[in-house]
Amino acid sequence: MSDVSDLVLDARGLVKHFPITQGIVFKSKIGAVRAVDGVDLQLRRGETLGIVGESGCGKSTLAKLLVGLEKPTSGEITVRGENMVRLSGPALRRARRNIQMVMQDPYTSLNPRMTVGDIIGEPYAIHPDAVPRSGRERAVQELLDLVGLNPDHINRYPHQFSGGQRQRIGIARALALRPEIIVCDEPVSALDVSIQAQVINLLERLQRELGLSYIFIAHDLSVVRHISDRVAVMYLGKIVETGHHKAIYEQPTHPYTQALLSAVPVPDPRLRGHRDHIVLEGDVPSPANPPSGCRFRTRCWKAQPYCADHEPLLQVRQRAPHPSACHYAEIRDVLHRY
Amino acid sequence: MTDISVGLDPRATLLHVDDLHVEFRTRDGVAKAVNGASFYLNPGETLAILGESGCGKSVTAQAVMGILDSPPGHVTGGRVLYRGVDLLQLAEKDRRQFRANRIAMIFQDALSALNPVYTVGFQLAELFRKHRGMSRAAAKVKAIELLDQVRIPAAKERINDYPHQFSGGMRQRVMIAMALALDPEVLIADEPTTALDVTVQAQIMGLLAELQHQRNMGLILITHDMGVVADVADRISVMYAGKIVEEAPVYDIYARPAHPYTKALLESIPRLDHKGRELNVIRGLPPSLTDIPQGCAFHPRCGYARDICRMDQEPPAYQIAAHRIARCHFIREVLGV
Repeated sequence: MSDVSDLVLDARGLVKHFPITQGIVFKSKIGAVRAVDGVDLQLRRGETLGIVGESGCGKSTLAKLLVGLEKPTSGEITVRGENMVRLSGPALRRARRNIQMVMQDPYTSLNPRMTVGDIIGEPYAIHPDAVPRSGRERAVQELLDLVGLNPDHINRYPHQFSGGQRQRIGIARALALRPEIIVCDEPVSALDVSIQAQVINLLERLQRELGLSYIFIAHDLSVVRHISDRVAVMYLGKIVETGHHKAIYEQPTHPYTQALLSAVPVPDPRLRGHRDHIVLEGDVPSPANPPSGCRFRTRCWKAQPYCADHEPLLQVRQRAPHPSACHYAEIRDVLHRY
Repeated sequence: MTDISVGLDPRATLLHVDDLHVEFRTRDGVAKAVNGASFYLNPGETLAILGESGCGKSVTAQAVMGILDSPPGHVTGGRVLYRGVDLLQLAEKDRRQFRANRIAMIFQDALSALNPVYTVGFQLAELFRKHRGMSRAAAKVKAIELLDQVRIPAAKERINDYPHQFSGGMRQRVMIAMALALDPEVLIADEPTTALDVTVQAQIMGLLAELQHQRNMGLILITHDMGVVADVADRISVMYAGKIVEEAPVYDIYARPAHPYTKALLESIPRLDHKGRELNVIRGLPPSLTDIPQGCAFHPRCGYARDICRMDQEPPAYQIAAHRIARCHFIREVLGV
């Protein structure tokens, strides 16, 4: 899997700052929300990269950058040898075909006035050369079938479907242009548990059948572990730790990853009182004014004065076998202490 | 102030909900949200009511609390006994004496549960002024004390802030402070941490457990999160289509679920501590409350279902052990005995 030719997406130094302005007529920039602040990531064919983090860590902005819904302040996104950031017009439109998105909320991400056939077929209207006009209805029906919906329901409206079925419609729409990469932004968090499993299984089956690569963004660490090959943990616009799912979950080295994992309740009462509980104080600082040096230091129990002045790089360290952005990175298995 | 302790029997169960029925009469028909829910709660105990959206868990809480929107909601049967007194039979004036004083509630979304145009301090102090007849100054002192108890830093200054000036976790703390202000014996928490991040969720659940322990308060935790339940509950009632289909102590239910729905739910969640294979799926959808299937409401989605499950008679509550019941004809098969 480490072959370079397998690389389907390569993002380097992605930065997205949203300006904070003052005044109405004479606008002046008084600061910036540093939503994404220097993120590198690689995605290989057939692989799922999970991105976890709490609200406000920049994971959804990252998703928007990757699919080209936002222009990065700086950085490069290379897909099939082309830097998406530099493209514009028809070339950008063509490049976007290859990377599609599934949204979080299946209620607001489907236009209530369009039929399911129009929703799933809309990508063909934007990219008329993808499928000839005469074949579009057929193509949409095939997509409905592929995601486990009844192809005869092509003329129904979104409100006639349940939440789980709507998410299937969103997935079918993302698949319409046969992309290699799908960015899923919290695709199951709005669904009930019994429906979640159906959608997760569908995503896994489609990956096997179509050879898709996923970027799977979620705050639910259990779901991410289930579906991901590799995992990146984000905090305040930066990746603080990344590695194989087993490394992140069983040998976390960054204090934030450890705290995050220890805070997730495990559905097994026998572990009560036998788990390592790290309770973080306070809330995530504002991304408009992140702490100097290491951004996690204000909530970290390991923080030293050194952390305030020196920003830790995401790298392999003496006691951290996979990349970790902590000066004092060290393995601590927070899940299996019983 | 009327004396609300009249008629309360200190030896009776703290809270006993018996065969509660609630329906919503809408233009599209009658939605039977709660169809005979029964449970009890002892002091110091945590009962989790577990279920998916639309199973009637929040409506049950609202009916117990007496805050059901009516119309369209109507309690059509059953009893809510608080120390032996049936709250459903009380006049609204008397019922009000129970709310906040005896039974308090916290909600999922603190931002919409708090009043945006009053300061947090005013809203807290109001409780003491209205229910306890305290002066403004005394009520303010109590309000600061409460914010301190729920560990809001710099409570003295923050008391003059409005709800939107607090972060999500801090707002939840304010709501907890408000619920606990009048020392209730029962606290109903309806999805208290669903909108919060996991690290904040851990803080809030820890705080709730601590306050519950200090006050020996009974806690009803309404949630869909089987992880949270495993961490804090003593007993669990699993709800499906307005009915409690299984009730058991927490250790038993996770080790050996007796109802097919509970079992399927537990098998359908991904695990944090190991990477599993394909998830088990519960096929189909939860039923519409205007059209609940005959017999056992779960039968169209159940792998154990046979003809008897489709009959008009729903399965009775079979007693499995001292504190365990399940409504399924095939308990033995599900348990694997």
